[in-house]
Amino acid sequence: MVHDTEPTAIVAARSMPPRPRLHETANARGLTVAGSVAGVLRQIASRPGGFIGLTIVTLILFCAALAPHIATQDPNALDIMHRFAPPSADHLFGTDQLGRDLFSRQVHGTRVAMGVALSAILIGLSLGIVLGVAGAYTTPAIERTITILFDAVSSFPSIILALALVAVVGPSLPMVVLVVALTLVPQFGRVTLAQTLSVINAPFIEAEQIIGASKPRIVFFHVIPNVLAPVVVLAAMEIPVVIALEASLSFLGLGIQPPLASWGSLLQDGYQNLSKGYAPAIIACLVLAIATLGFTLCGEALRDAIDPRSRRA
Amino acid sequence: MAGSFVLRRVATAVLSIVSAMTLLFCLTAFIPGDPASVLLGPQASAEFSRQFITEMGLDKPLYERVLFFFANVATGNLGVDVITGRPVSTIVLDVLPNTIALALASVLIAVTVGLPLGIFAATHRGSRSDAVLAVASIVFVSMPSFILGIVFLVVFSVWLDWLPILGTGTGWLDQLQRLILPAFVLSLGYIGLLARLLRTSLIEVLGENYIRTSRAFGISNWRITYTYALRNALLPTLATLGIIVGRLLGGAVLIEILFARKGLGSTLYDAIVSRNFPVIQGVVFVVVVIFVLVQLAVELSYSLVDPRIRAGRQER
Repeated sequence: MVHDTEPTAIVAARSMPPRPRLHETANARGLTVAGSVAGVLRQIASRPGGFIGLTIVTLILFCAALAPHIATQDPNALDIMHRFAPPSADHLFGTDQLGRDLFSRQVHGTRVAMGVALSAILIGLSLGIVLGVAGAYTTPAIERTITILFDAVSSFPSIILALALVAVVGPSLPMVVLVVALTLVPQFGRVTLAQTLSVINAPFIEAEQIIGASKPRIVFFHVIPNVLAPVVVLAAMEIPVVIALEASLSFLGLGIQPPLASWGSLLQDGYQNLSKGYAPAIIACLVLAIATLGFTLCGEALRDAIDPRSRRA
Repeated sequence: MAGSFVLRRVATAVLSIVSAMTLLFCLTAFIPGDPASVLLGPQASAEFSRQFITEMGLDKPLYERVLFFFANVATGNLGVDVITGRPVSTIVLDVLPNTIALALASVLIAVTVGLPLGIFAATHRGSRSDAVLAVASIVFVSMPSFILGIVFLVVFSVWLDWLPILGTGTGWLDQLQRLILPAFVLSLGYIGLLARLLRTSLIEVLGENYIRTSRAFGISNWRITYTYALRNALLPTLATLGIIVGRLLGGAVLIEILFARKGLGSTLYDAIVSRNFPVIQGVVFVVVVIFVLVQLAVELSYSLVDPRIRAGRQER
């Protein structure tokens, strides 16, 4: 609470309705982190698309976090006697060509998919923000270099860049994360660069400079928080794209390597053994389709909640 | 004025291609790992991998390799296939028409189906069919195209046993027949995307003041929608075509592999599996060139339609 010392102000304040406490105003405007997250979630869930998306995403994250507890069996336990078993009470999704329980493999595949997607987006996002802010804050020559770098990366269709890199350095889990992250950097970087350039000349930044705030303080406490909203929306919209990219690489056998289960490699297994039964391939297709749909719905609802202008249509 | 704009855009495009390939060389050089052992497999003898490294020029400094690559490209030489000994440029030219046909057919389907659907949804806003279209488009937009490919393959070739759909085919009729399904699969997501984009921008334009004025003048609804609103609403949709073609090229890789078509994507995949480094490099280069040129073409045609961009007065 701010204490006014001037008597006239106290009198004026008494005659007015009680001033809300500082944290209350902050909450009402959605300024505290917890308050704004809850508000955004409420807004997402208030529309049918967002509600469905949020439900699917929550389920997937739940599966990923508790994979060992949800999976009914060891995802890598072989049981050659019961290979290609159809879905049953013992094996909810049936078994694969090595008799491994497909339900457990899908559940563990969720963990791999989420791990790859979230870490790739986090790396791409951090690199993009660093390069974007650096481009806006340093000399025009460096800004141009960074822009050329962004142009260079986005001159590749992302799966082509991923395939080309994996071809040379060999497929592995960290490689897939890095390659996917790299394809994301230009998008985050460009948005950050444009946003930073527009924030830098805002009056409140000038005011901070006049007060004597240091450059790092301005960047970390004022520029980055103001840049973050569109970048976070972009990140949410990119999650389904990243899931699809990882699944494509793994489907081609150039992503996650066996015996680790991933949604893409499970689809590949099912597709290779179509003659033994349709269930594994169909289930793998459905899992991927539902997951990408859920994250797409969630991302769009988040965009609508944060940027009301996009809600008009 | 217009000439300098075109020149500047072309220069940027060339710079993008050069820096993209340079970046690829740098990345493969700096990422830890030994390309020779990855490309030749762990069983390769030390002597053989040394020979390979010299042949591929992997022992030369990075800048020399980049210069060497572009000097060769300038003379139309993309290197030689290490397995068959054929020039990579011949291999690429052989399969390129198939990929271009697939991409063009998909864009054509996406535009001819997606745009009318978008107009319909915008003019029937809030109706039940609008809602159905909205749900269908988001389902197809979000779904990775190779999933649709697998579903279609199973339904049409395994269950229904319809027309020959695998392979590229011989003779134009056969080729056309085998093109339909993969092109349709590839275009489904973009039908939804184009319909959604056009719907949004058309609804926005229909709410503008000049449309209200036209209505007040008693101009027919049909004329307002198709001659006044559509022209302005199409611009943002056109702008995304460049991105769409790029994503199509990427999606085509998987579709070509699934449908066993000969194309840039399947050639790249075969080269990766057989560790055929010059072919990988050549195909990636050609894809990058096509991708950048398409974006350039879209950008230039866009500026032709909307003179504000040529003048550099973008309001964004």
